[in-house]
Amino acid sequence: MTIVPHMTDVPAQSASEPLPKQPRDLLPLLLPVLLALAMLPLIGSGSTWITLTVASLAMGMMIFIMASGLTLVFGLMDVLNFGHGAFIAVGAYVATLVLLPLASWVQADSLWLNLAVLAPAALAAMAVSGALGLVVERVLILPVYGQHLKQILMTTGGLIVAEQALYALWGPQIIPLPLPTSLRGSFILGDVAIAKYRLLAMGVGLAVFVGIQLVLTRSKIGLLIRAGVENREMVEALGYHIKRLFLGVFMVGSALAGLGGIMWALYREQVHASMGNDLTVLVFIVVIIGGLGSIGGCFIGAILVAMVANYGGFLLPKLALVSNILLMVAILMWRPRGLYAVTSR
Amino acid sequence: MTDLLTLSGVHTHIGRYHILHGVDFAIPEGQTTMLLGRNGAGKTTTLRTIMGLWPASAGSITLAGQRIEKIATPEIARLGVGYVPESMAVFSDLTVKENLVLAARDGAPDTARLEWIFGFFPALKKFWLSRAGALSGGQKQMLSIARAIVEPRQLLLIDEPTKGLAPAIIGALIDCFAELKRRGATILLVEQNFHAAREIGDAVLVMDNGAIVHRGGMADLANDIPLQERLLGLSLEAHQ
Repeated sequence: MTIVPHMTDVPAQSASEPLPKQPRDLLPLLLPVLLALAMLPLIGSGSTWITLTVASLAMGMMIFIMASGLTLVFGLMDVLNFGHGAFIAVGAYVATLVLLPLASWVQADSLWLNLAVLAPAALAAMAVSGALGLVVERVLILPVYGQHLKQILMTTGGLIVAEQALYALWGPQIIPLPLPTSLRGSFILGDVAIAKYRLLAMGVGLAVFVGIQLVLTRSKIGLLIRAGVENREMVEALGYHIKRLFLGVFMVGSALAGLGGIMWALYREQVHASMGNDLTVLVFIVVIIGGLGSIGGCFIGAILVAMVANYGGFLLPKLALVSNILLMVAILMWRPRGLYAVTSR
Repeated sequence: MTDLLTLSGVHTHIGRYHILHGVDFAIPEGQTTMLLGRNGAGKTTTLRTIMGLWPASAGSITLAGQRIEKIATPEIARLGVGYVPESMAVFSDLTVKENLVLAARDGAPDTARLEWIFGFFPALKKFWLSRAGALSGGQKQMLSIARAIVEPRQLLLIDEPTKGLAPAIIGALIDCFAELKRRGATILLVEQNFHAAREIGDAVLVMDNGAIVHRGGMADLANDIPLQERLLGLSLEAHQ
């Protein structure tokens, strides 16, 4: 029998080998820019193009706020929550409980009074949607972890029940929700008009995006969420309760959907019980386009969906109804797992 | 010598498949016990059952006097069990640093302990801020082991750490396990590479068909080639 050399005599080579360079995947990031630039000659008028682009960005940010929670819930625990739209509608209805009784503050010609009523309305919408998220996770989702078909049935049922409950409580009529006075109208720059509320929506959307990114990259909770999206079993083996983490993510996601609900209702200046149902398809398209579990992908996906809706609606109104589906098909043919596929999923 | 971990009559079912058929063994404190056996014998299932990732359908598992077969995986980990899965399961999207920050439950990783780990695995220091997904297979294994030892644990469960790795990297792993042993760690190590197992192990358990078929000292098995052939199917060529 020959003697096997002691393997530690051989120097470890791994430290001297250069690490393969990870190219930054910027293509999805460039997509909205390229799409916007490509539309400029087709639209013709520069001012119309700017108006449509700002409208797309504002709409995209609102859709992002609504969809961000869904992508994390989907990515972290493989939970298909078809009831996510219920949190959007509930958020909007809860906001009316604050905004309608304080209509005089909403109509006052003072930015501070307007904000003094908007801020508590948004906080109330988030609090109630978040609390509803806690109940939904414990009652509807917990018994059906890992069972996609049952998740679809439970959460779709939950959405129907929520919608009918809103009808029962508020009635079938559409509730008008006028914009606060200081957020009405536009800033005029030359021959370009930029709606004030759209700027606010962009600001809030960007703040939410930056906030989520900071939490995900700078805090231990964020690291756990990212790790859990990739391999929840290993997170548990390191000593962390993934289901408690998931409950927290679910509640925050629901609260953000509530915030998106009030913003969307003010954008449309109306609230109705079926808005959650209507928006569910849209947020699912965004989550799928972005790559399940990817916040960056969700952000770009939301902007793309909004751009296609706005540019498409202007250039080819007849295509508006199917434009989102066409966008999803095109993106999935290019990248079948979405713009930013989360590793190992 | 007291036993740190004891399995008694452990059965595990995965779906409708009955994988472990009454596994019995004890792991003495401060020793490295090798768990050997052919593919499909139930070695990985045994580790996963101890870790609570697959529930034991019968039998008892005792860690330092406490029954753990019914408690959740995070609680088992918090009792001081470090786990290195066969798949390594490093978080590819996170950096080397972030992987180790998560593994250190009691705050930031201890600098002196990190330097000690870098002594075995210098690649981890070099690629500290690189995405774990970009590391080579061997470097990922180093990270996976570093994650399990970044804080002192009373028991380490390590599943086939040398699988598919170059001899130079296997050498670094063996050095690391030897040092852990000198520091008094208790290790249960699944290994297919008999040469590596012989270098590291104090005691040996051999599994077949979901049960322990041999237990004894590593030296005894290493010196008894007919026994190796009978238990492990090792041919004479494997020793040349």
